[in-house]
Amino acid sequence: MVLVYAESPRGQFKKAAFEAVTFGKKLADQLGQSCAAVVLGNVQGDPGELGRYGASRVLQVANEQLNTLDSQAYAQVLAEVARQVGATVVILSHTSTGKTVAGRVAVRLNAGLVSGVSSVASVESNGALVVRKSVFSGKATAEYAIVSPVKVLSLMGNAIRPEAIGQPVAAEVLPVAVPALRVRVREVRTVEGRVPLPEAEIVVSAGRGMKDPSNWGIVEELADVLGATTACSRPVADSHWRPHHEHVGQTGIAIRPNLYIAIGISGAIQHLAGVNNSKVIVVINKDPEAPFFKAADYGVVGDLFEVVPRLTQAIRKFKAAQ
Amino acid sequence: MKFLVCISQTPDTTARVAFTPDGKAYDGTGVTFIMNPYDEWYALVRACELREALGGTVVALNVGPAANETTIRKALAIGADEAVRIDAEPTSSAFTARQIAEYARAENFDIIFLGKETIDYNGAEVGAMVAEYLELPYIAFASKLDLEGTTAVVERDIEGGVEAVEVALPFVVSAAKGMAEQRIPNMRGIMMARTKPLKVVPAVPADEPVQVVKFTLPPPKAGVKLVNPEDMDELVRLLHEEAKVL
Ligand SMILES: Cc1cc2nc3c(=O)[nH]c(=O)nc-3n(C[C@H](O)[C@H](O)[C@H](O)COP(=O)(O)OP(=O)(O)OC[C@H]3O[C@@H](n4cnc5c(N)ncnc54)[C@H](O)[C@@H]3O)c2cc1C
Repeated sequence: MVLVYAESPRGQFKKAAFEAVTFGKKLADQLGQSCAAVVLGNVQGDPGELGRYGASRVLQVANEQLNTLDSQAYAQVLAEVARQVGATVVILSHTSTGKTVAGRVAVRLNAGLVSGVSSVASVESNGALVVRKSVFSGKATAEYAIVSPVKVLSLMGNAIRPEAIGQPVAAEVLPVAVPALRVRVREVRTVEGRVPLPEAEIVVSAGRGMKDPSNWGIVEELADVLGATTACSRPVADSHWRPHHEHVGQTGIAIRPNLYIAIGISGAIQHLAGVNNSKVIVVINKDPEAPFFKAADYGVVGDLFEVVPRLTQAIRKFKAAQ
Repeated sequence: MKFLVCISQTPDTTARVAFTPDGKAYDGTGVTFIMNPYDEWYALVRACELREALGGTVVALNVGPAANETTIRKALAIGADEAVRIDAEPTSSAFTARQIAEYARAENFDIIFLGKETIDYNGAEVGAMVAEYLELPYIAFASKLDLEGTTAVVERDIEGGVEAVEVALPFVVSAAKGMAEQRIPNMRGIMMARTKPLKVVPAVPADEPVQVVKFTLPPPKAGVKLVNPEDMDELVRLLHEEAKVL
């Protein structure tokens, strides 16, 4: 059995959960096994809907203590469910929750862990599972063989698309004991409006070439017409022109959107490290020698203060014609 | 208060990435190594700040060979009181976590700090493993940490926001941007670091349930297609028809 933890931050399934279930179903097919999804805590809507993405069973530990993250309680419950269903592979999402829990689950199950997996390379005849992940902040790819009987992995965001490859099922409630919590959530502050960076399919990012934080209106406008999330280079976040959570790169967030538009960013190696797994990169820079052009698919050499509003206009026109 | 800061050594951020001819290992020939930025800038500095405010000891711990002692001395120069090196090549997260947990088990630290991930293998795995071995709470991606008596209030980065949590000592925490400001060691710190204790401890055996098959470098990009800055309709057309991302 392949067991997928379908995470539901604040009671809602996000794209990461659907991606993980689809990935789990495909791996289960490859292994000649079935795929079960497990849900922790209470969720909005019917968890059985996860069947659509390929889960043939949906298990729910509907204890309200699991509505907030205590990694110790989560790991204990997930490991117990894995034992009960006889899981050979446990899959989590490579999100803040998954990263907090995966290592603990691996220790509890005596399992090998590879985090941030982007694809399965092969299933070996000796039972080893070979997976790929990006390492050195996107500068290289590694293949790892997990050789323990039980295997744990976390799936990188945007590594695959969720697919409707199954039918809704009736969710089963599993009675699993939950230990006393040791971490209490006091307050949650979320930024409303835009999709969080790690999940975003289109990212509009700007650097020091913007000259001043008051100039960000043209970046926001471009992001709005594209339904994109905004990001920035490190010096921009360091000088508080933009919030910290927008900082991408080797020492910020690593992202892999379908489209990354870099505006007034020189393309330093540390910046590229966090973004060069993007599918398509567009660079707008007035300096034709900017290193970013070497990593770009499309380049525009020009003054961003003219080019960006022009691009926004062109996209508006394109969207209106669609 | 007793704080442990786990520091790892990584290639410099500008280092060229190369592998041995069999593709099985990183080739560090001619590469400058640094302290992993998250460990240095945030975890270590915050531990030192808490020690300065509350008293106590900051122990810097590295799992690594003798060659790592330059990095360990830097941690002492920044402000750690003493250092421990567990004498082994840190071959995997599982191995490293096992070593840290074995050492920490007997020492009763109030807080065990790590950086949120290393910039080479990008695992973000060790902290959670250490916490599980020691049966301690674990807060990852902490961008703020304050103590109120024996309770800590920690803010952790979540997708699209921040969550503030409360946890009693002892616990394990991984540090992200915001927890502290980078400190440059001064002359006095560097001088003092030479005489601070650095203990070497043997490693314990550990299973290796994950093995490297190979490392590969990405294929070079096909080359950039330049678009006339006057003609953004053309860029939109290319993104729609050729790249198929619009
Ligand atoms: C250990 C370490 C870690 C680091 N981690 C990161 C990281 O995670 N992320 C990160 O981003 N950086 C990181 N850096 C910093 C990195 O080295 C660069 O300094 C930084 O990325 C540069 O930011 P920038 O491109 O916005 O600014 P600059 O390098 O100043 O580039 C500005 C660009 O804007 C262009 N420009 C200016 N005016 C205009 C105009 N009117 N129209 C069009 N273009 C214009 C210029 O030609 C230039 O190319 C790190 C550095 C170190 C040492």
